[in-house]
Amino acid sequence: MSLLEGEREAIIKHVDEILKNYRNDRENLIPILQETQERLGYLPGLAMELISKEINVPAVDVFSLATFYNQFRLNPPGKHQIKVCMGTACYMVGGQIALESFERRLNIKEGETTPDRNFSLERVACVGCCSIAPVVVVDEVIEGKVTPTRVDGLMLSLETEIAREQKEAEATEKRQEKGV
Amino acid sequence: MGAASTDFYENLKLKAIEKMDALKQKPLVLIGMATCGKAAGAVKISETFKKEIKNKGLDAQVIEVGCMGYCYAEPLAIIAKPGFPPLCYGHLDEDLVKRLVEDFLVNDDPCYEFAMVAIEPNEIFPTFTDFPRGAYEQKIILEHCGFIDPEDIDHYIAKEGYAALAKVLTMPPEEVLAEIKAANLRGRGGAGFPAGSKWETSWRQKESIKFVICNADEGDPGAFMDRSILESNPHQVIEGLIICAYAVGAVKGYFYIRAEYPQAIRTVKIALQQAREKGLLGNSILGSSFAFDIEVFQGSGAFVCGEASALVNSMEGKMGIPEPRPPRLAVSGFRGKPTVLNNVKTFCYVPLIIRNGADWFKSIGTPGSPGTAVFTLVGKVANPGVVEVPMGTTLRQLIYDVGEGIPAEKQFKAVQIGGPSGGCLPESSLDVPIDFDSLKEAGAMMGSGGLVVLDEDDCMVGIARYFLEFTQKESCGKCTFCRLGTKHMLDMLNNITAGKEKDLGVLDKLQELAEDISLGSLCNLGKTAPNPVLTTLRYFRDEYEAHITEGRCPALMCKDLIVYFIAPEKCSKLCNVCVGSCPVEAIYTRDDGLKAINQEKCVKCNNCLKACPPQYNAVIKLSPPEKLKERESE
Repeated sequence: MSLLEGEREAIIKHVDEILKNYRNDRENLIPILQETQERLGYLPGLAMELISKEINVPAVDVFSLATFYNQFRLNPPGKHQIKVCMGTACYMVGGQIALESFERRLNIKEGETTPDRNFSLERVACVGCCSIAPVVVVDEVIEGKVTPTRVDGLMLSLETEIAREQKEAEATEKRQEKGV
Repeated sequence: MGAASTDFYENLKLKAIEKMDALKQKPLVLIGMATCGKAAGAVKISETFKKEIKNKGLDAQVIEVGCMGYCYAEPLAIIAKPGFPPLCYGHLDEDLVKRLVEDFLVNDDPCYEFAMVAIEPNEIFPTFTDFPRGAYEQKIILEHCGFIDPEDIDHYIAKEGYAALAKVLTMPPEEVLAEIKAANLRGRGGAGFPAGSKWETSWRQKESIKFVICNADEGDPGAFMDRSILESNPHQVIEGLIICAYAVGAVKGYFYIRAEYPQAIRTVKIALQQAREKGLLGNSILGSSFAFDIEVFQGSGAFVCGEASALVNSMEGKMGIPEPRPPRLAVSGFRGKPTVLNNVKTFCYVPLIIRNGADWFKSIGTPGSPGTAVFTLVGKVANPGVVEVPMGTTLRQLIYDVGEGIPAEKQFKAVQIGGPSGGCLPESSLDVPIDFDSLKEAGAMMGSGGLVVLDEDDCMVGIARYFLEFTQKESCGKCTFCRLGTKHMLDMLNNITAGKEKDLGVLDKLQELAEDISLGSLCNLGKTAPNPVLTTLRYFRDEYEAHITEGRCPALMCKDLIVYFIAPEKCSKLCNVCVGSCPVEAIYTRDDGLKAINQEKCVKCNNCLKACPPQYNAVIKLSPPEKLKERESE
């Protein structure tokens, strides 16, 4: 996915700040990547290159770590993150059905982000709420006993929220134009 | 130095008890706020309690505790009001909270009709031990979970916490080792290796720098005991880790916690800081000359990192790939130094063994596997939760007495034990006692403690496929058999569940390949990956055969082998619920008013089956799909 306007500068600034806090040691590589992802939401190629130079570890090694561990993502997260639990208990009572409903609704596959970057869809291993399976985590809020109908409901409310925000943003823009 | 550390500790304990006594003078509300509780809505419940108490101007305190293990009744709260037995209330909602505040906290009516159980023995209300579950459960490491504030070290100290550490500091390390060895404490990570021998090997190494690591990289899907313990009673684990460090002579310890457990990481960090402030960690522990500190390392989510050498590699900033052994970690581990690595639960037992003695520990459980077993009991069971039973309890007791059986009058089919490395055991194996050796004999494995109950609606081929898909994804790729063999097995299973496999010979191939993978893999991930397939082949071969020869899924679960159908004799013409429930508009009304499904549009999402009102139950699943023609022509 290509970088948005101003994203390049933001990446350089954040990575610089993070690297200042760590000793220049390979043992710190995973914590550095974790903090980078925490701040930027994902690991852009540029960030990994910068880190590799600073820590003096070949870029391919940094990339291999980023792809080996499940925690790291190479795609930017959507504005709204949807995670479908695929632990045993959820799988058995319809986790797959919930995942497919989201895939159908969003027209993307798991692990992807919609082109407008509004939504990203992931499958996660057990979130530890097996007694209310199947579980979906939408923007850190846990939803239990999810059915396709509930998926529709969740998506409708998120889409309404986005539409409202857009409208407000447009209105503010217009006001500002008038003010000028 | 011995006497000094005892005095130091007695002083800490005295202050903690004073603080707790003062706290008990007013009404207390304890709310279960571990991740599972929060998921069930405990945050809202806590806010409502605080708001209502403030509105009424009461002098009562709300304390956020960890997990009590009664997942089915979340959100949960305990109300302890002086003059009444402490009572536990489950299935809370805002209205019930308001009523409890008004009736109980203000007006002295405990609303017994809503109370689940009393926490302490009393004359009025039954306690946990009066229920079947209580008769089988024996909580020793979970004893305080959910009843103490995990973010206040004094709660733990007041319950004899860190007394074992004070005692250990007066003993030579050899004696500590001897006690752990005498207790025959076996590692709770899954394999059951004796912790005492591991510690002793490390102790024998003549190195000045040694490490101890607590493995909290709990990766089994469907298991969350370790998270629950870390979020509910972190100090018990910390105390065990410090005692281990003292016994082997380690200078530094680590918690390896997976990053998916943010609350556990936060709770442990707070606990470590409080332990430092109290002089229980740092340069002079309890005023003695013993120096030791602990850090938290966040695991990045790789199942294979539960394997000791892979875990150490990942801590060194490399990919988590296992190494051949020997040398064992206890000889050469993290940074090439002797390292003891044990599971969260293993460390939990340590303070208890030191305090009560090895003989006490051996009096619980079986001679070969002393102590208790902690499980997350989930799946098709009436009362899921985190349970602790003595080793030797049978699976039947665990499922039917502790978990109270299968809900909705369904038939028990199998129990999956040990996660992706374990196996599925059928009804005939239910009398197998739970201990490391008996389970291995039955083809499953203790694992770290996930226990999933399956009923007649679960397809055993599908379950085997699910676990194999998991291990196949998580294979680190080092050994060819594990990397390619699991992929090939998964392809075979995918074909079977999709109805594309018509030759029964594939089952022998599966069996052969599974055995080869076990032999040809270096670490336990590969060695045990075929277990779910092997056990289902052994106990549920008929289901595999039905898929292959008849194209039929007996449990009606494999999507490619079923169709949805609306039975005309059951359908009420006047109801439109199914039409509205379909996300792809596949259901339509026929000219005669009955509903029908357009099979070409249907995505088999199961929504209409759930939506159809129970008085009709007209939506049914048919397998094999050819049955549809028969039904349609009727």
